[in-house]
Amino acid sequence: MAEATPGVATGADGAAGHQPAEAQSGLTGVTRTFRVFKGVPGGEAGYATYQVPEVVGMVVLDAIHHIQRTQDGDLACRWNCKAAKCGSCSAEVNGHPVLMCKTRIDTLPEGTITVQPLKSFPLIKDLVTDVSRNYETNKLIPPFTAAPDDGEPWRIQQMDIDRLFEYRRCIECFLCQDVCHVNRTHELSARFFGPRFFVRVASLEMHPKDVLDRRELLAETGGLSLCNITKCCTEVCPEHIHITDNAIIPLKERVADVHWDPLRWVARRLRGAPKAGST
Amino acid sequence: MTEPFVTRDCDVLVVGAGGTGMRAAIAAAEAGCSTLVVSKSLLGKAHTVMAEGGIAAAMGNVDSPDSWEVHFADTMLGGQLINNWRMVDLYSREVIDRVRELERWGGLFDRTDDGRIMQRAFGAHSYRRLCHVGDRTGLELIRTCQDRMVHTAGADVRMECTLTRLLTGPGGVVGAMGYDRNTGEFVVIRAKAVVLASGGWGRMYRYTSNSWEGTGDGAAMAYQAGAELQDMEFVQFHPTGMIWPPGARGILVTEGVRGEGGILRNAEGERFMERYDPIKLDLSSRDVVARSIYKEVEAGRGTPHGGAYLDIASQRTPAEIRRKLPSMVEQFEALAGVDITREPMEVGPTIHYTMGGIRVDPETGASSVPGLFAAGESAAGLHGANRLGGNSLGDILVFGRRAGEAAAELARSRAGFADFSAAEVSEEQEAVLRPLAGGEPGENPYALHQALQEAMQDDVGIGRSEESLRRALGAIAELRERTTRMRVGGGRVLNPGWHACQDMRFMLTVSESIIRCALERRESRGSQWRFDFPEKDDRLARVNLVVRDHEGTMAVEERPVELMPDEVVARLNRSRFFDPANLPSHYAGKVEPRPVEAH
Repeated sequence: MAEATPGVATGADGAAGHQPAEAQSGLTGVTRTFRVFKGVPGGEAGYATYQVPEVVGMVVLDAIHHIQRTQDGDLACRWNCKAAKCGSCSAEVNGHPVLMCKTRIDTLPEGTITVQPLKSFPLIKDLVTDVSRNYETNKLIPPFTAAPDDGEPWRIQQMDIDRLFEYRRCIECFLCQDVCHVNRTHELSARFFGPRFFVRVASLEMHPKDVLDRRELLAETGGLSLCNITKCCTEVCPEHIHITDNAIIPLKERVADVHWDPLRWVARRLRGAPKAGST
Repeated sequence: MTEPFVTRDCDVLVVGAGGTGMRAAIAAAEAGCSTLVVSKSLLGKAHTVMAEGGIAAAMGNVDSPDSWEVHFADTMLGGQLINNWRMVDLYSREVIDRVRELERWGGLFDRTDDGRIMQRAFGAHSYRRLCHVGDRTGLELIRTCQDRMVHTAGADVRMECTLTRLLTGPGGVVGAMGYDRNTGEFVVIRAKAVVLASGGWGRMYRYTSNSWEGTGDGAAMAYQAGAELQDMEFVQFHPTGMIWPPGARGILVTEGVRGEGGILRNAEGERFMERYDPIKLDLSSRDVVARSIYKEVEAGRGTPHGGAYLDIASQRTPAEIRRKLPSMVEQFEALAGVDITREPMEVGPTIHYTMGGIRVDPETGASSVPGLFAAGESAAGLHGANRLGGNSLGDILVFGRRAGEAAAELARSRAGFADFSAAEVSEEQEAVLRPLAGGEPGENPYALHQALQEAMQDDVGIGRSEESLRRALGAIAELRERTTRMRVGGGRVLNPGWHACQDMRFMLTVSESIIRCALERRESRGSQWRFDFPEKDDRLARVNLVVRDHEGTMAVEERPVELMPDEVVARLNRSRFFDPANLPSHYAGKVEPRPVEAH
């Protein structure tokens, strides 16, 4: 057996071999106070307070993990990629719906940082809510459908891809569903798809190869007209999708074409067959 | 004593809801089987979303000389010829159809000027080959499969449920059991066939691009059920992870940055890849680039936080960078305060992918345990000793589909459900509940996890030696003993501390298998870099290492690499990077020199 070179085998942790521990830890010397919601439905609920030593570039999710590791092992939060690409760690920080993995604490005002679960969804425990109704909504939307005789390989222009890519950037963090007052204040989610699924429908409706028409669905089941374009969804979108301008308003225009056209309305009443988009 | 549990029956159980699991479920449900997908997370959050660069498929839309044969040769050479050649063969042929299929399901791809699917350059691929949409290809794949699956009759999903054990009977696997993460309720699922699509394992390392889910549950459960794990020593360090700030360390920086023209420099401004791979340069294979960065840092030429600079700002305009790499722009701006359209990024190796996994039949994904299939990152064979970028998204589509179809075929041939053993269920329940038993304060699972990460990162990292591996094996034994005393507060309702206890069991089994295989492979090959055996060993070019449970201890065995027939070996010269000097003796003289390229 050959001896390993001393100092090489033990420093074999990727690229950090020569860095002193302090330089790598990045502690700023500041301690931040976190006030975090804890509780379950029907049980005890309230806020617990924790002190967390700040590290350079620390995000709220880092702080929650620190609390779990060192102070409160059963504090529940949802997370996955920790890189703002999966949309799991949605919560309300100082009252704002955000991704915890993307919210640096050095961007928050001095003083206590308050972390709460999303308000518009039923609580499961601590920072975790039941977002399953979003998955039910998605099932109501007919999937992408191409003409069966549209042979491959397809030719599509980059311009079309660029437009669709904005919608497809959505990571389903549901912050838009949380902030939307139709859900949040008026609790109308049962008859309102919500911003995320208007984006979803837009991505299908504007795909050059899709042949279905979902406009009546939007008007009837989707509750598109409940949206009064306050743009709160656009403001909280971590992917910077122009939800209102590029998804909701174009859909409203398309729906108006078929659903609110008085002549078509009369025709529908006479025929009794509400088939949209037959032109 | 048996705790209450809910039961559920399905023809095909799919463990995991990343690209592999969803593609397998679509295949099984389309074949007429009731199919249940069990996911630890919400649907659409799996690690597949972190795959950014694209899907490698030799469509030849950009570089017309490309073909599946060239892709075959690149993949075999990248894997140092210990890949299962039949898997590579199926893969390089079929992945083209899988990309077209994804497009037909609504998946988006960037386009060429004449409207065909655009392809970008990637490490150790002979031609521009990666079909992509910006730097979000994994998200696009998962969203497309997700939408397809939820609208496929017969496919159902159970989210936020952890499976901890495969249930076995005399005829093989009969189902699986676990618990609902949100309620703590036990779940027992009877199935006629099980597909493991549970991904890889990086969480036993300190710096990893993996999410919390990458704990090796599938491999550990398969091992416990008697399956063989192969090539476990091969763990991929992606050369470019973020290294600063500390909380962001390990987060992936896509190879697409280099694919789009980005270059690596050391602290002295040298383009150091000229020293390590003058032909492929920054787009060398990942094992080579990761080691090169490591060596630069060791030589004192590292950046302030111990890595290398990755510079795209000097190579492309800000508009181009924003269009082709939008999430990299966002990631560095939000997390590091760095504008990559103007400044270089600081990067270093991060644990990213596991080439090893469950040993499977190349065509069906069947493991050595009847009724148990595996595909994607949880299976071994396609990537050999090192995976090429872009081959994972292709892998999950090609072999996810194949495993789903094969599992459905087996399920249809079975008349009914086999019974599980009540004793097995109660034994597992007892193990799962032990950390909640109260009594004396015990070991903290978070602290044990951290100790495991220290041991694996320091001693089983990018480079290993007999000495470091033996030390790690000692650490594993000690940790295993300490896990018997884990205790956590709280109850069964959504308790992350309790969940962390289950993760430790899986990670210890998988970590031990990595170490044992790394010890036996006394050579450097692909991602396995032994400081004490820096060269390749010709004999080991014909060997895959396998571990399996042998009466409670982990046995390591050698299995012969299935050798390529002569007409297949002859294909290797189709790769632009073919070098006859690198052929092992058993293939020597069987490959013609590379013909001069006609232009």
